[in-house]
Amino acid sequence: MIGKVSKKRKVNIALLKGLMYLSVGITVSLVLFLIIYVLAKGLPNITWELLSSKPSYITGKIGILPDILNTVYIILATLVIVLPLGVGAAVYLTEYAKNQKVVAAIEFAAETLSGIPSIIYGLVGMLFFCQFLGFGTSLIAGSLTLVIMNLPTVMRTAQESLKTVPIGYKEGAFGLGAGKWRVIRTIVLPECVDGIVTGCILSVGRILGESAALLFTAGFAHALNGVFSGLTSSGATLTVALYVYAKEQGEFEVAFAIGAILMILTLVINLCADLAGKYFKKRRNK
Amino acid sequence: MKSKAKLIERVVHGIFLILGLFTVAAVLLISVYLIISGIPAIKEIGLFEFLFGDKWTPTGEDIQFGILPFILTSVYGTAGAILIGTPIGFFTAVYLSKMANSKVKGVVSSAVSMLAGIPSVVYGLVGMLVLVPAVRKLFNIPDGASLFSAIIVLSVMVLPSIIKVSLTALEAVPKEYEEGSLALGATPIETYFKVSVPAAKSGIAAAVVLGVGRAVGEAMAVIMVSGNVANMPGLFESVRFLTTAVSSEMAYAADGSLHRQALFSIALVLFLFIMLINAVLNFFLKKNKEG
Repeated sequence: MIGKVSKKRKVNIALLKGLMYLSVGITVSLVLFLIIYVLAKGLPNITWELLSSKPSYITGKIGILPDILNTVYIILATLVIVLPLGVGAAVYLTEYAKNQKVVAAIEFAAETLSGIPSIIYGLVGMLFFCQFLGFGTSLIAGSLTLVIMNLPTVMRTAQESLKTVPIGYKEGAFGLGAGKWRVIRTIVLPECVDGIVTGCILSVGRILGESAALLFTAGFAHALNGVFSGLTSSGATLTVALYVYAKEQGEFEVAFAIGAILMILTLVINLCADLAGKYFKKRRNK
Repeated sequence: MKSKAKLIERVVHGIFLILGLFTVAAVLLISVYLIISGIPAIKEIGLFEFLFGDKWTPTGEDIQFGILPFILTSVYGTAGAILIGTPIGFFTAVYLSKMANSKVKGVVSSAVSMLAGIPSVVYGLVGMLVLVPAVRKLFNIPDGASLFSAIIVLSVMVLPSIIKVSLTALEAVPKEYEEGSLALGATPIETYFKVSVPAAKSGIAAAVVLGVGRAVGEAMAVIMVSGNVANMPGLFESVRFLTTAVSSEMAYAADGSLHRQALFSIALVLFLFIMLINAVLNFFLKKNKEG
């Protein structure tokens, strides 16, 4: 068959093939370059001292423990709030909503939210949470801003998995006389654990990488705090700290150390998302 | 007993309704806040002077608030990133959807997810220390922090959106289309580009529009490589985008000043851009669904 293909067509085919290989090559080598470069520059600068201390003006030493803790606090606080909101919205959409207009409004709103750039979230978060509600520049204001940002993600993943709950399970329970709330609590929610876990992983990744939305809501401070005092005071997450050290202070070694940590965490999160996806798929097919 | 159960059901229904309406409330909150805080400065400066003024000097003697440089920089920067990112993303997506075996596909897909997951400040950091000096040397200019550097960084950052959405669209093309083309004597590659790609064109268009949205909204990576001076855009000039104009001055613009209010107005303009892009995106996604 190939023998009958004219020369002009052959050249075209070869050209397209070449462009495809070139593009894939560029994409993959970009990723490899970024990972290897950041790790090579950053890993040698990660010391126990850097990880376990806070910055001190007296000794001039830099430590990133407060930034690590702030990141953990913000992730926890955001997840605690966004999970019930997102899963609840998903349950409403799949189990309760009958009015198509309401469904369309909620879905349109979720789509709009996922398109809004993080700098706008940061600005509105500053105006609403920090100033109007009086939280000031604090981790909790940052978390609340991130809650709105991650709401569509959690809602959508929960919705996807709610759709896969077999209708027979629900009908069986209804047939036995269970009320709607009881069916949701005992059958629907346990069945959609996979969506919730996936939503969590995606959100953690997004929170970890977020910086523009946190600059004006959570601030730049590097003080060492416990969970509760931490949430009400200003603090930089790892990404914000990287930005400040690189752009404002020219401390590139520290910036690369943080960059390497972020890179490793991103790799781990992607791996978790992959594994969770495969695990849940297997379980579902059983 | 029965009425109590009914009451509980009603309360639960209400609670879920409220949870569902949270997203709507959030969108309203964001829109209302941006409009309320963005309008006063535009009123005071004048819509025309604000949008088409080419000088941004918020402090000093000759105070002017013209954001044309930011608007044009955002437009050029996005256009450049899309021009470079689209072909690379498009060909990668075609390869992944049609030619790659499952092992290669798995590896490349994870690489693309990784590209999407890398925090923007890390892109900024690498751009600042690798790309900017390279651009300076290569083009022999005094400072490599320029629109050009920003375009390169943005074109990498839009890749994952373009690849993922085009891939989904290409994979949804019915097998029969391709089989028909193959049976008529077209080679596989001709089939992919002359049958599968046209069939998936709305989805691929949506992918590009999504990339536009990402590029317009990116702030932190861009602020680290673009030099951040309010010039009219030139490829090798130090420039400032709509996003970076907001983030770089918000920290020191005095509370309640016209300067600060003008920054909110910039955010409003950015927001309107994004809403427009979203509308276009929805148009293509809908068209793709209808097939």
